[in-house]
Amino acid sequence: MEKLNKDVWVFVEQRDGKPADVSFELLSKGRKLAKNLNGNLKSVVIGHDVLALAEETFRFGAVEAIVVDHKELGHYRTMPYSRIINQLIEKEKPRVMLFGATIIGRDLAPRVASYTKSGLTADCTDLQVSDVQYLRKDYKDLLLQIRPAFGGNIIATIISPDVQTQMATVREGVMRMEPLEKHVKGKIRNIEYTPDPVDELVKLIEQHRQENKVNLKAAPIIVAGGYGMRTKANFELIRELADLLGGEVAGTRAAVDAGFINHDRQVGQTGVTVRPKLYIACAISGAIQHRAGMQEANKIIAINSDPEAPIFGVAHYGIVGDAIEIIPRFINVFKQKLR
Amino acid sequence: MQRCVQTGALNQSIILRIKKAAMGFNSIVMVKQVPDTANISGQVMKEDGTVNRAKLPAIFNHEDRVAIELALQIKDKFGGKVTAITMGPPRASDILRECLYMGADEAYLISDRKFAGADTLATSYVLSEAIKKIGGYDFVFAGRQAIDGDTAQVGPQTAEKLHIPQITYSEEILGIKDGSVQIKRKIDGGFEVLESKLPLLVTVIKDAVSPRPFKARRVMAYKNARTLLELEKLTEGNSLLYIDQLKDDYVNKGLYIHTLTMDDLKLDESRCGVHGSPTKVHKVESVVLAGGSHEMIEPTKEGISRLIDQLLEDHILG
Ligand SMILES: Cc1cc2nc3c(=O)[nH]c(=O)nc-3n(C[C@H](O)[C@H](O)[C@H](O)COP(=O)(O)OP(=O)(O)OC[C@H]3O[C@@H](n4cnc5c(N)ncnc54)[C@H](O)[C@@H]3O)c2cc1C
Ligand SMILES: Cc1cc2nc3c(=O)[nH]c(=O)nc-3n(C[C@H](O)[C@H](O)[C@H](O)COP(=O)(O)OP(=O)(O)OC[C@H]3O[C@@H](n4cnc5c(N)ncnc54)[C@H](O)[C@@H]3O)c2cc1C
Repeated sequence: MEKLNKDVWVFVEQRDGKPADVSFELLSKGRKLAKNLNGNLKSVVIGHDVLALAEETFRFGAVEAIVVDHKELGHYRTMPYSRIINQLIEKEKPRVMLFGATIIGRDLAPRVASYTKSGLTADCTDLQVSDVQYLRKDYKDLLLQIRPAFGGNIIATIISPDVQTQMATVREGVMRMEPLEKHVKGKIRNIEYTPDPVDELVKLIEQHRQENKVNLKAAPIIVAGGYGMRTKANFELIRELADLLGGEVAGTRAAVDAGFINHDRQVGQTGVTVRPKLYIACAISGAIQHRAGMQEANKIIAINSDPEAPIFGVAHYGIVGDAIEIIPRFINVFKQKLR
Repeated sequence: MQRCVQTGALNQSIILRIKKAAMGFNSIVMVKQVPDTANISGQVMKEDGTVNRAKLPAIFNHEDRVAIELALQIKDKFGGKVTAITMGPPRASDILRECLYMGADEAYLISDRKFAGADTLATSYVLSEAIKKIGGYDFVFAGRQAIDGDTAQVGPQTAEKLHIPQITYSEEILGIKDGSVQIKRKIDGGFEVLESKLPLLVTVIKDAVSPRPFKARRVMAYKNARTLLELEKLTEGNSLLYIDQLKDDYVNKGLYIHTLTMDDLKLDESRCGVHGSPTKVHKVESVVLAGGSHEMIEPTKEGISRLIDQLLEDHILG
């Protein structure tokens, strides 16, 4: 058997030249995986004028940046991007290839996996390297790809034992972004882009992107409200508490659906995944889809009138009672302590 | 003279356009039957807190109904044909009948024991080969994502195998002309408009359109539509019924749901089902609540005061 390549590749996603956070999160994780595998971490950077971005990946431990830089590649387009990566993987056969589970990553990765006949695991929340026994065969150093499925009701560990390249998409915000103190002295490797007629089958006519002003992921303190707040007026209490604590406001899907708060502040499976220092869950039942987005918070306080509410199962501190009375009490006590 | 030539050219292009419009656009829509993961009630929980999947009701993946609706809207506007296909067990014929109730012209059940345990790669192999066999399509539609596997991979993987472009996360079809379609799609933090040559594979998100209700007349007509497997069941124990005759009869009445197996599609067995699936489920854990590990705080001023002191001390607050 030919000697296996042990490299870990990360697709570095950029929008209008700005890197997506998830790419740095993946590089941070990829660095550890590469170490476990005894391989090299490499970044794959496609775009226009992306040299600085490629160099930034060295700060996260990439020893090589594979760069395809061309004016036709400024905006992500399925056909040229997938064609480029298909060819790179076919030729160089990395052991692991990671993509963010963003709209771009979920458009691109399956196309590449289909062409290279690689296994692709979707939406991972954790990745590990381990020896595995599967169907009475021993495999060394496989990638354990851990992901929720079935609407979040189960957590599955997926392996791709018999392929050269194990591919995965990874949720945004679940891996920690960990830059190195010192840059790695990495190498830039430029790959030439050769246009192909298939690249022109789909043309970009217009694009509108709003910079996401809300950055829940970076907030150290989050105060979240659920449907149990009952009215928009009551929900103001959540905002008041968040302001007082210097935190951000968030909500459940039920709160979003009720119009208490905007979707860009929804925490959970179909919203944002957060891991703040403190998460205060007010009148939130703690459905699995919500917990998926907040259970890794450092400390969780749950306020709920129902002592049986599932949210208490992930909480560090539980307060049973009416949130509409308890939040003002919390605000008052805290204000007194500030004086 | 000059004028004459011009008119001639014009006429010809009009004729071409009329011809294309008369033919319309053909769509193949990939639909999947899924367990209803959103409504997990007490009855489907096992004693150990895990989900009893067999007890979950099987439903039509919602985004796939949206996909059918989009295909039907194209048909309503430009003419053409809508064909629904699913790869699944025999009972998946339920959703194919529902496609017929909505207005689909034809339906295909792709079913074989050897397809069991397929991951997204093996699924896209089988579906792409079925689509090649059906042929003659301008559009292939799919849902963005199925609610059980939740991967959103089957659409793009199928497009790659068909060597056609794709537009995922589609919200709206803005227009079709001269062999190209303009589509508005969602992107991270906004939207974009793309123009693609046909044929094209489109995956749709649930807000794109709302699926039309069943037409009573079509329900009456198609509730008797049957797959080959279902017809075979009818002939069992009835020596007067011959399967070939029965099938011809259903075909003639327009009530036959095409049924294709691995052999019908001349597929490579090593690329189907569990053998053709590079990903393997190594371990599954049900999410069970930890519970009981938290500290109870009295909802009083004193209780809250002590909690805040604790948080300040731990540098969580302040
Ligand atoms: C595919 C899918 C994806 C989903 N994605 C998400 C997601 O990303 N994020 C998300 O949050 N949800 C998501 N959901 C929805 C999720 O299943 C729940 O429905 C939702 O989280 C419930 O929100 P809630 O806790 O605010 O409301 P409820 O479940 O209605 O809970 C309200 C709670 O408030 C308590 N309460 C009522 N009055 C008071 C009071 N006065 N004081 C204190 N407590 C009170 C009640 O005891 C109850 O526990 C998803 C669902 C599906 C199927
Ligand atoms: C717990 C668990 C985890 C899994 N994880 C993975 C994984 O990470 N990677 C992987 O490759 N497989 C995985 N699978 C297998 C995967 O769920 C199946 O291959 C499934 O048949 C298709 O994937 P999906 O449900 O994710 O579909 P999606 O890719 O989400 O479906 C998108 C669209 O494709 C079309 N479509 C999908 N399946 C069919 C079909 N059978 N017939 C017609 N149209 C269809 C529909 O239009 C659908 O809306 C997992 C399965 C389980 C049970």
